[in-house]
Amino acid sequence: MLEVKNLHVSYGAIKALHGVSLSVKAGSIVTLIGSNGAGKSTTLRAISGLVKPRAGEILYEGQNIAGLPAHQIVARELLHVPEGRMVFANLTVQENLMMGAYLQHDKNIIAAELELVFKTFPRLKEREKQAAGTLSGGEQQMLAIGRALMSKPKFLMMDEPSLGIAPLLVKTIFEKIVEINRTHGITILLVEQNANLALEISHYGYVLETGKIILQNESAVLRQDPKVRSAYLGG
Amino acid sequence: MYALIALGYTLVYGVLRFINFAHSDVFMVGAFIGFYAGRGVSSASTTSGIIVMLVAMLGCAALGIIIELLAYRPLRNRSKLTVLITAIGVSLLLENVGQMIFGATPQPFPEVFPARKFEIGQLVVSSKDLVVLIVTLGLLGALRFLVMKTKIGTAMRAVSFNPQAASLMGINVNHVISFTFGLGSAFAAAAGILWAYKFPKIDPLMGITPGLTAFVAAVLGGIGNIPGAALGALLIGVIETFVRGSRWSTWTEAIAFVLLILILLFRPAGLLGKLQPEKV
Repeated sequence: MLEVKNLHVSYGAIKALHGVSLSVKAGSIVTLIGSNGAGKSTTLRAISGLVKPRAGEILYEGQNIAGLPAHQIVARELLHVPEGRMVFANLTVQENLMMGAYLQHDKNIIAAELELVFKTFPRLKEREKQAAGTLSGGEQQMLAIGRALMSKPKFLMMDEPSLGIAPLLVKTIFEKIVEINRTHGITILLVEQNANLALEISHYGYVLETGKIILQNESAVLRQDPKVRSAYLGG
Repeated sequence: MYALIALGYTLVYGVLRFINFAHSDVFMVGAFIGFYAGRGVSSASTTSGIIVMLVAMLGCAALGIIIELLAYRPLRNRSKLTVLITAIGVSLLLENVGQMIFGATPQPFPEVFPARKFEIGQLVVSSKDLVVLIVTLGLLGALRFLVMKTKIGTAMRAVSFNPQAASLMGINVNHVISFTFGLGSAFAAAAGILWAYKFPKIDPLMGITPGLTAFVAAVLGGIGNIPGAALGALLIGVIETFVRGSRWSTWTEAIAFVLLILILLFRPAGLLGKLQPEKV
């Protein structure tokens, strides 16, 4: 479904990615793990159009989307839940969700999606009229995911959904990620520092180090890999 | 009237975080469009007034969008100072081109709304003041509805908070910014017409003083904050009127800047503004 080939990205003179290649099959959960600054977020930002790649191809459903502006990529139902959640703190929960459905003009579909989001995250329903800035970190993460779901995505990229969230909620959110994948049939590319959790729920994994993919395999195999264990799974 | 101009500053600042100094000249252009459109209508009636105003608002909305497209968009990712200086350049350009096209001599502004006087007890209210009040309140109400209740308004607030996250929602940030400029400029045009209607003499430099005063009003209320702009404008208007009636009347135009200095010293975020730490 998504095929990244030899992706290069630089920020000014600093090279962030040196030829990253990866592929994601429809219906699967694929994870991208690696330490801080390895280029995980940059990879997602390049796919979603927030940064322009210097070279390489991003094939999504057979078409090269590299270099397209972000809003056009959203129109292809490829959604990015950014790191740090980036909910609109000045808007209410409901307004945030409506922004997620920005490109959707059919009111019936919006209503149906809203119901689905509230069913997945009942907490958001309780907080519907509240300003998003007053939510806890975990609730904001739910909102960020819910907001992305409002656009009825086929492909969802999530950047560090566990970042800065109470451990108890992390578990809930990861359960929801699996649920979104299974019941809604949404393909997921997950970037995560918590490699343990990420490899547990994903089918396939890539290990990124200083802008290059150094390892890739079935997640179950990666979990047993001695290098991965010592570097990312705490022995 | 200050409120209408102040809103334009505040709208643009809210979305782009920069002061559009050319705004006061869009106000002037609005008055001139009204001047030419006003000569086209046969007699003063409420309908003709509304038509003149709509023409000017549309014309200035287009002008605002073009200014953004040509002058500010290419500088989107440059430093704030670059854009600010460009804005001053655009302002001077409009003033001088205005003098070339319209001539530098003041011109009488036609009566676009019918004039009448009402007496309520001992109070004499001219229909001019009423028109100004009604149009201003109407537009403020419409703006509030637009920003708070509609999809494009919500998108404006989203872009204002975080343009990158907004683009990840499928919002075309450039469209929203164009829309904001168009909206702010339309409000400047409405203010220009009202101003020219109240003080019926217009020239290409007429925007400078009201523009600066309205800018102070926007800062006073808290720049980027819509109710703040209205409140700041009301305060400045009332204070100026009192000063004009007192024996310090020659200080009328200075008083706004005294207020600006005071507000920047003691409450830099403005009356209704929240102080946000600037990211460096």
